[in-house]
Amino acid sequence: MYLDIKYLWLIPALPLLAAGLIAVTRQPHRRFAAALAIGAMAISFILACFAFAGTLGRSSAATSFHETWNFNWFQIGENWFRLGWVLDPLAAVMLVMVTFVSLLIFIYSVGYMAHDENFTRFFCFLSLFAAAMLGVVIANNLLLLFMCWELVGLASYLLIGFWYQKPSAAAAAKKAFITTRIGDVVFFLGILWLYSQAGTLLFYDGGSGCLEQNALNELATRATIAGLAVSTGIGLLIFCGAIGKSGQVPLHVWLPDAMEGPTPVSALIHAATMVAAGVFLVARVYPLMSANGGEVSNWSPGIHVSALTVVAWVGAITAVFAACIAVAQTDIKRILAYSTVSQLGFMMLGLGVGGIAVGMFHLITHAFFKALLFLGAGSVIHGCHEEQDIRRMGGLKKYMPVTFATYAIGMMALSGVPLFFSGFWSKDGILEKAHEWSGSHWPATSSVLGVLFTPFHLGVFAALLTAFYMTRQVCYVFLGNYRANGHASAHAGEAHAGSNEPHESPRVMTWPLIILAAFAILLGFLGTPVWPWFQSYLNGIAPDFEFGRLFEGPVLFTLALSTFIVTAGVMLAWWLYGQKPIQSDEPDPLERIRPEIFGLLRRKFFIDEVYEVTVIRFNAWWARVCDGLDFWFWNGLVHAIGYLVVGLAWIDQVFDQFVINLGFDEGCKGAARGGKLLSRLQNGRVQDYLRVIGVALAVLVLVLIWGCRAS
Amino acid sequence: MPLHYYLIFSALLFAVGLAGALTRRNAILVLVGIELMLNAANLNFIAFWRYSPDPNAIQGILFVIFSIAIAAAEAAVGLALIISIYRHYKTTNLEKMDSLKG
Repeated sequence: MYLDIKYLWLIPALPLLAAGLIAVTRQPHRRFAAALAIGAMAISFILACFAFAGTLGRSSAATSFHETWNFNWFQIGENWFRLGWVLDPLAAVMLVMVTFVSLLIFIYSVGYMAHDENFTRFFCFLSLFAAAMLGVVIANNLLLLFMCWELVGLASYLLIGFWYQKPSAAAAAKKAFITTRIGDVVFFLGILWLYSQAGTLLFYDGGSGCLEQNALNELATRATIAGLAVSTGIGLLIFCGAIGKSGQVPLHVWLPDAMEGPTPVSALIHAATMVAAGVFLVARVYPLMSANGGEVSNWSPGIHVSALTVVAWVGAITAVFAACIAVAQTDIKRILAYSTVSQLGFMMLGLGVGGIAVGMFHLITHAFFKALLFLGAGSVIHGCHEEQDIRRMGGLKKYMPVTFATYAIGMMALSGVPLFFSGFWSKDGILEKAHEWSGSHWPATSSVLGVLFTPFHLGVFAALLTAFYMTRQVCYVFLGNYRANGHASAHAGEAHAGSNEPHESPRVMTWPLIILAAFAILLGFLGTPVWPWFQSYLNGIAPDFEFGRLFEGPVLFTLALSTFIVTAGVMLAWWLYGQKPIQSDEPDPLERIRPEIFGLLRRKFFIDEVYEVTVIRFNAWWARVCDGLDFWFWNGLVHAIGYLVVGLAWIDQVFDQFVINLGFDEGCKGAARGGKLLSRLQNGRVQDYLRVIGVALAVLVLVLIWGCRAS
Repeated sequence: MPLHYYLIFSALLFAVGLAGALTRRNAILVLVGIELMLNAANLNFIAFWRYSPDPNAIQGILFVIFSIAIAAAEAAVGLALIISIYRHYKTTNLEKMDSLKG
């Protein structure tokens, strides 16, 4: 049994319907709202599974499998503008992942938000968000995708600013909205350019869609400035949208701040779905990105520039950049946020160097283990009475065993601990492709820098840092002693100590953690080099099982290398943080060794500050200029026009009073006088009328006689 | 007898009727004058019919009969009006009846 393509729209429509119904639900009806949201999501998940099952049997065809359903929307001139949805392996995988993770997060939210008075509103926004995200996934039209994309942005704005009473949350929501909007403007330019060049925004349309061979060939051969193919230009513009949404450098600043939202939101938006939208977008328009009309002549020879080159570089730089920052953060969610940015960089790198399958595999595995980590962090925060600073945690292993176990699995998956965790296999795939790519696309230049700074080396370094900061975080949070009430409880005595201790979260929160932890392990085995089922599924070829592939040269090399890297990272962090229990008021060990670097990292490379003095100051200056212009110039202009109009009105009024009114009065008087004069004729005497008739008759006779004579 | 004798006679009759209608103060006498004018017209009908190329045709006489019938009806209406006016004003003097003046 599989879902007919005609009914694919039900998957996003159901959560949307739920959001609408919850929006009109009154606040006290918590159970109804939660049940509606979770029920709609569960049905969507089942439908998504059917859709996924439908793609399974047929993806082994030689051409990549996709089913579409298009319909007319409105007419422009002769042409109909058409919308539609598409089901292909890429969309199917995303559908299952998004619905499943969303479902778990919805369930978790019931526990996490249990005490919030705006419980119904929260579920309304969550449902809206899930609906928009599913819309992005199934859209077969770039404009439809963009509309859902913007809805996702709106929902994330609403969710990040959910506790809008907090000024920091309101500011973070605005920051997220505006920052992603910058990318979206450029994205929209790309859409317009694509429409003007290809004449359609449908992805697949039986051979005439903009991602199909005819359009691609044409787009790739047309050149624009600097010898860039049109397809590359459009691809880069669209990629800017992905940069904004997926928090790539330099638009990553909103993502860590977005942690002001409730933790399930962080998990939903910043782990599984919204940030993945950017990666998904690149994967969706991958044919456009990779289309290349030939060697770019006026670029330096040997370097093959397509949009994907830029994607790979941006991804690699982001991966290292964010991982560096994550090393020095102290907020449990901020560490995860920067780690998300870093992992998104990995996904982009994977897309850039290895194709859809490599990047998407990491996206899927990351969605599960990062959702796990975020929900685990939420559980920790919940258990520690809304404390988010890891320096004031510690020793939670004892108090929250389930959370600790699942968190450790998530941490190992993220760090890429060999063989048993999904992150290892997906990250390994990316590194392997990056190694291959750096060899062929980025031939070593003469300098040492050229050899060392390849996307591959950046990726390896980021992987090392990932293992390091995750181990550091786990040491801080779960090992050692509980530090929050170190001094306080000693004086307060036994009576208060019990109530201040952290506690394990309720079952409705731990069960999603356990399920996600299971997936964080198991998913890895779908994409190992031995049995690359996932990659084959996305590429539309039949998977085969071959154990020997594990021992091929490049594969073995990366396996060994990443094993070494992970071990090094974990050992280093353990040596620094894990050896002896951390005391509450001592500085970070890293800070003791190199305070200047640590400071730089803690302040996030001063990116926010740099934006503060450049972009924001420029913006503020420009706003002041505009304000001055507004006040002096436009205001003056408006006033001048106003006075002009008042003057004209005055002249008009004088004219009215002395010309129109007077003339009218005189005319009326004349008419009245004439009427009075004529009314004398009608004197009421019948015989006078008869006399007139007689005279008229006589005159008539005379005229007739005279007429006869004349003729 | 030639046609114009009849025509002159009817013109005289008409003039007498008109003079009566214009000069008399009494409404009934004015009505009598109007009847005279009508009969002058009827006389013209008969005369023109008699001297027409086809005197055997019946149209002329029918016209007159219709005209007389209409005159009778008109006289009845006129008399009824006069009676009604008399009841209101207690006079038949037309000079007094000028309430429709402008």
